[in-house]
Amino acid sequence: MIRALQEVDVARSARNGAGDAQAREAARAKIEVSHLDFYYGAVRALRDVSLTLPDRSITAFIGPSGCGKSTLLRVLNRMYTLYPGHRATGEVLLDGENILAQTMDVARLRFRVGMVFQKPTPFPMSVFDNVAFGVRLAQRISRPALVERVELALRDAALWDEVKDKLSQDGRSLSGGQQQRLCVARTVAVQPEVLLFDEPTAALDPISTLRIEETLQSLRERYCIAIVTHNLQQAARVSSVTAFMYLGELIEVGSTEQIFTAPKDRRTDDYVTGRFG
Amino acid sequence: MSRSLRRKVTNALALALSAVATVIGLTCLAAILWTLVSDGLAGVSGHLFTDMTPPPGSAGGLLNAIYGSAALTVIGILIGAPIGILAGTYLAEYGRETRLAGVIRFINDVLLSAPSIIVGLFIYQVVVVPVGHFSAVAGALALAVIAIPVTVRTTEDMLRLVPQGMKDASTALGAYPWRTILGVVYPAARSGIVTGLLLAIARVSGETAPLLFTALNNQFWSTDLAAPIANLPVVIYQFAMSPYPEWQQLAWSGALLITLTILLLSIAARFVLAVLQPAKRSR
Amino acid sequence: MDQLSLAVESSHARRQRLGERLFASATLIAAVLVLALLGGVTIALVNGAWPALARFQLGFVTRSIWNPVTEQFGALAAVYGTIITSLIAMLIAVPVSFGVAVFLTELSPRWLKRPVGVAIELLAAVPSIIFGIWGLFVLAPILQETVEPWLIGLLGPLPAIGPLFRGPPYGIGVLTAALVLAIMVLPFISSVMRDVFETVPDVLKESGYGLGATTWEVVWQVVVPHSRVGIVGGIMLGLGRALGETMAVTFVIGNAHRISSSLLAPGTTISASIANEFTEAVGSLYTSSLIALGVLLFLITFSVIAVARFMLLRLERRALSSV
Repeated sequence: MIRALQEVDVARSARNGAGDAQAREAARAKIEVSHLDFYYGAVRALRDVSLTLPDRSITAFIGPSGCGKSTLLRVLNRMYTLYPGHRATGEVLLDGENILAQTMDVARLRFRVGMVFQKPTPFPMSVFDNVAFGVRLAQRISRPALVERVELALRDAALWDEVKDKLSQDGRSLSGGQQQRLCVARTVAVQPEVLLFDEPTAALDPISTLRIEETLQSLRERYCIAIVTHNLQQAARVSSVTAFMYLGELIEVGSTEQIFTAPKDRRTDDYVTGRFG
Repeated sequence: MSRSLRRKVTNALALALSAVATVIGLTCLAAILWTLVSDGLAGVSGHLFTDMTPPPGSAGGLLNAIYGSAALTVIGILIGAPIGILAGTYLAEYGRETRLAGVIRFINDVLLSAPSIIVGLFIYQVVVVPVGHFSAVAGALALAVIAIPVTVRTTEDMLRLVPQGMKDASTALGAYPWRTILGVVYPAARSGIVTGLLLAIARVSGETAPLLFTALNNQFWSTDLAAPIANLPVVIYQFAMSPYPEWQQLAWSGALLITLTILLLSIAARFVLAVLQPAKRSR
Repeated sequence: MDQLSLAVESSHARRQRLGERLFASATLIAAVLVLALLGGVTIALVNGAWPALARFQLGFVTRSIWNPVTEQFGALAAVYGTIITSLIAMLIAVPVSFGVAVFLTELSPRWLKRPVGVAIELLAAVPSIIFGIWGLFVLAPILQETVEPWLIGLLGPLPAIGPLFRGPPYGIGVLTAALVLAIMVLPFISSVMRDVFETVPDVLKESGYGLGATTWEVVWQVVVPHSRVGIVGGIMLGLGRALGETMAVTFVIGNAHRISSSLLAPGTTISASIANEFTEAVGSLYTSSLIALGVLLFLITFSVIAVARFMLLRLERRALSSV
């Protein structure tokens, strides 16, 4: 029964424009996940998840706590390999290349797939060095080019005007919202292709949240973005595609408008209308 | 006596006893410090820092011993601290919950509380005997062996305080662990590591037992690391045990010097931890 | 341009990987060195002690004779001195430390708490040689002139414990060494006890007070049971220190290799014997016997540490399961 539903969902997701390029003219598929299972030791946290993330658009993942949406995100840049006993099976293609392959250089993968976490994590160094940190890891770069790169990234994160005079200050001295945008800048500076946001505003006040959301909007034209959020309004505001997950399964994925106004699955309907979660 | 009265009396008595215990304890400790300061200060003069340790029955200073102690401590820490920090890094970052890390943690605890005179015997066996004579190097090695477990412990504790999220963020930027550790974890734990180092220096600079038969002592000025070298703890030990008042006076002054140094180091360690910890925003 | 940048990229990536391998191995080597250190200590000591152990066999532990002239060595007197001084020291230091810890956590006004706490912690860092010379120059004369004659007069005639307090008042001896040790470990045990007392959740204490308990009843029936294992762990760590302590004891023990019924008589401990005699030991058997003493000391402190660690582990596990 569940299996049948899932197949319907996959078909739906293709119909709704999140699918592969030949089905719809919309966006090119950047990431293709197929039959992904994930285990924390013996616990199965993701069950046979398949979907595609279109390039140059924002895909939001919603669902109750523990549904596996953060886990899915951490598969996409293989963060899970930090922890023993965590493993993923199935296939995740980034531009056609399977990132789950043993031969994948995870450091290089993470240059291409950046991630911003729930809590701001400024490094114990200056604002400038925070943004330059990843760039220096990824390549050898001349000082002028680096300065330019840092400014660009800070502008992308809508932080430049606030910090241009305090680039040498400790990153931890910024306010919480600024710290989170600093983390966005730090991720963008590496010039990745995919940006993953794991509840990026959960620890922020409403005004800082707004700034982050504006930043997301300005980044959507250039990146494939995935965002995990607990905040349904946020998903509705920022994303063009929404995926609903429940108990480790991908229940339904479709255009954000469709998911919120005309969900096909009963559980999605219950969740977006606040009947459970 | 009624039950509630008895309870009240017991309470008052017990609490009074605990206050008395505190007073007794603090009095003993204060008495020691008082003797140390008054007897030690009596011998403090310019000569203390300019003259060599004298032969019996004449006046002199502690210059060679001060120099020797400083040299032994510096060399000991220079050898011990890097090993301790790296091993602590292994336990906190690479080894974590593996069996090897567990074993090393236990072994480190054993070394941490092993009597320091044992360390002296060990260095005597593996350095002094093969070389054939006592030497400053042997003394410094003994101090290094004492500094290592202290540094391992504090380093591991301090690195573990660095939030996992910060390490994850660095990893997510494509950093290999070594870049995360050198670029993010060490800077984040800097004040903790410095504190650990200061405490290790404090611990090492008062050690006497392991120097008795490694660095031995030297009545004269020596910078030769292959020869025995004077050092404050052993000078204090020998001079205090001697029947000569001049030597006993120097022992007190040396004791005061060492204690002040160690107290300063300990206070500096607290200061570093409390004040230099960069102002972190809550959340 | 792509070719070039790719080449640069890959050399950069290679350097990163190389750095990772180097750094990871460096930490591993350092960690294994810690392991090797204990192995080295054990091997070196046993190796050095071998001639004496082979010569005297079990007799080394069971005999108290210590005669460098006839080259007859037995460790019993030193082992006895080590254990008796440490036990008496703990007998004195533990109750006093307990009192200090109770005072600091339950009784002290706020403004006094921190200064006294910090002072005690700082005193734990004072090197032991300071306690030794203080014992020799200050405590021993006081004991000799007033306390010991009084003890001899008061307790000496008593039947059971009398023999412990007979003989001339030397000033230096087992009791003096034990007192100095007690003062030395006092700050250490107090601060450990205070730390475990402070881990007791306020809710627990409040529920005690809520039932109408007095401060002492809360301490004795709530705080102490809750932190019992930690207290014992702290005591064992203090005991480990006392057993292995050299300098605080060497000055005031008298360095006599004999087991005397009186606590006022001179004695010796393992570490004091080594410190006093090692550099002057003539003959390989003498040196070897001193190293064999060191092996015994290591065994004694190791067992104490192992027990302490076991107890602390239990405490941690209990603390985890109660969360």
